[in-house]
Amino acid sequence: MASVKMPQLGESITEGTISKWLKQPGDQIKKYEGLVEVITDKVNAEVPAPLAGVLKEIKVKEGTTVTVGTEIAVIEESGTPGAALPTRGREPEAAVPAPQPVSQRGVSEPARASEGEGRTRLSPAVRALIEEHRISDAELARIQGSGIGGRISKKDVEDFVARRAQPVAADGEQREAAAPKPTFAQEGTESTVVPLSPMRRSIAGNMAKSKQTIPHAWTVAEVDMTNVVRFRQKVKDSFRQCEGVELTFVPIIVKAVVEGLKAVPVLNASWSDNGVLMHRDINIGVAVSVDDGLIVPVVHQADRQSIAGLAKSIDDLASRARANKLTIPDVQGATFTVNNPGTFGTILSYSIIAPPQAGILAMDAIVKRPVVTDGDAIAIRSMMNLCLSFDHRVLDGVSAARFLQGVRRWLEGFSEQVPLY
Amino acid sequence: MASRTVIEAIREAMDQEMARDPSVFLIGEDVGQRGGVFLASDGLHKKYGEYRVLDSPLAESSIVGIAIGAAVNGMRPIAEIQFADFIAPAFNQIVEEAARFCYRSGGDFNLPMVIRTPYGGGVHGALYHSQSIEATYGHIPGLKVVAPSNPADAAGLLKAAVRDPDPVLYLEHKRTYRLIRGEVPDGDGVVPIGKAEVKREGNDIGLIAYGLMLNYCLEVAEKLAAEGVSAEVLDLRTIKPMDEAAVAATAKKTGKVLVVHEDNRFAGIAAEVIAIIMENAFDSLDAPVMRLTGPDVPAMPFNHVLEEAFLPTPERILAKARELAAY
Repeated sequence: MASVKMPQLGESITEGTISKWLKQPGDQIKKYEGLVEVITDKVNAEVPAPLAGVLKEIKVKEGTTVTVGTEIAVIEESGTPGAALPTRGREPEAAVPAPQPVSQRGVSEPARASEGEGRTRLSPAVRALIEEHRISDAELARIQGSGIGGRISKKDVEDFVARRAQPVAADGEQREAAAPKPTFAQEGTESTVVPLSPMRRSIAGNMAKSKQTIPHAWTVAEVDMTNVVRFRQKVKDSFRQCEGVELTFVPIIVKAVVEGLKAVPVLNASWSDNGVLMHRDINIGVAVSVDDGLIVPVVHQADRQSIAGLAKSIDDLASRARANKLTIPDVQGATFTVNNPGTFGTILSYSIIAPPQAGILAMDAIVKRPVVTDGDAIAIRSMMNLCLSFDHRVLDGVSAARFLQGVRRWLEGFSEQVPLY
Repeated sequence: MASRTVIEAIREAMDQEMARDPSVFLIGEDVGQRGGVFLASDGLHKKYGEYRVLDSPLAESSIVGIAIGAAVNGMRPIAEIQFADFIAPAFNQIVEEAARFCYRSGGDFNLPMVIRTPYGGGVHGALYHSQSIEATYGHIPGLKVVAPSNPADAAGLLKAAVRDPDPVLYLEHKRTYRLIRGEVPDGDGVVPIGKAEVKREGNDIGLIAYGLMLNYCLEVAEKLAAEGVSAEVLDLRTIKPMDEAAVAATAKKTGKVLVVHEDNRFAGIAAEVIAIIMENAFDSLDAPVMRLTGPDVPAMPFNHVLEEAFLPTPERILAKARELAAY
């Protein structure tokens, strides 16, 4: 027998939800054939069978979320029906004691649970305690099972809860665990509890972590977008005809951001205790709102793309995000993020940085306003605020301001001479 | 408080009930001049005379039949069946008549009668002197079944049985007769039928038993305590009607339960206890409920080694309890 584990579908992904089993127990399965669909907080992925054989047992039901490394299924390899021992060496858990020989004493001896199964099988009492004390999957994974086969017993959970309740160190995770239980509205009021989707949970975790660890600083620049607006107005129809996608403001802003990052590379970086990690590639995350929340696909090596290229890349990523068709690489590796709340009419936005990036730029609404121009005349111009949140550990206000200035100059100096391609 | 063995407590309780209520009388094989095969009624014939302590023919059906007739006419008979193994000829009287009488008469007639009988093995009694019958008779609606484990409960439950308006099968584990000694409270000391009792408090596992096995479980709990396992011991005391609330409470408190009895395994009392736990305490379980019982073989052998192999012994209970604690 070989066990199939919840795979790590990308760095920083700690758990996955079984979305759909593509095979049922008893089904023959070929190596690399699709076995199960898994939803992570970022994407959906089909997990292939690691070897050929017969699917013996499904250990995790559809809709259940488990941590990476949890056994989700058992496959009996072809050619070794019922032979448990010869294949044991292949499994990483070969260190667990060999299963007890099946009792020969007859029917009075109940069938033993096989060793190693104990960890994943939770008794009703344990489940009730997990519910009562709101123990997360990550916390559960940390509990040492003292029962047979490593089973987590009621006592193990009670001990864990007692330890958790003790005074907290500065460690963020512990603090989260010890936080008082939220009190929900009583029955009979208007409140209801909406269960957390994997995406909601992930956004919540990332945002809380970001605000708790990154000292955010915030700064705003006002940009005269009149030239860009005029240009776009002029070329957008022909662009749509030639390219098949809309020329929105987003690829133009992304281009400006790329130019700004080239001028101030310290913003295209990540904080680490060993030093600031400067990224060679400029990979721009573009926030896309979807039904359930928000997802940030990444335009990789945005510095190597033209405005038209960016327009196509962003359109492709956004439509795949909304169709739930993104792949793991699509959502990984961003070095800086552009957010576009202005579509919804906002004029000042304070975005939260997506770790481990050092900054996020929000483009707010472009609004026509009377502006005093160079010659002390009053003119009607299309104005936009660019709001930058940055990690103050990595850079200071001067660098942030220089970046915004670079972006602003590039946008204000926009003319028909700027190449689209 | 007085220190008594189980058999002394039973004798004293009968004596007190006969003194208290002139309608109480004894009937059975050799209960009179011989004082009973285990001397349960020793001295009572002399004290109360031949009209209140009756030697019967060797006919169990007749003993129970006479008791039914007397009870329906306002007497409170205590019928003794010399060994539980011999009760089968009276099955028809007990099941078809005694158990149904109240129901059949629409509640017009009760049968305030007690059938006492020694049961259980471990005394080299062999095939015809060792059987356990609690599951068989516990299955019968209309019949109450009690099985005390110590002198205080033996006296208290016997008094309750005599005063109960319905037929009560009173089971005395014959190995406890002179083995188990304990304090019997002065005064009435009635133990209500249908109430279990926690004989030892504990948190980690629960041991549920009755009769001789209850005493073994207490012994085991003591050994477990030395190993750092806190075992609760619940004495069912009454088999039917079973104290479901007490069973559920022990299961909820410990999450791990082992049920022990000497009677055969299949459809035994443990099966019923486990069903009660599943119905009332499933969400509190931390391990599959376990049972340790006598095997499904036709009778207890005479051969001492085989007799030992039949019985759940303290050693076997301890091993099973350790398995449960480690689950």
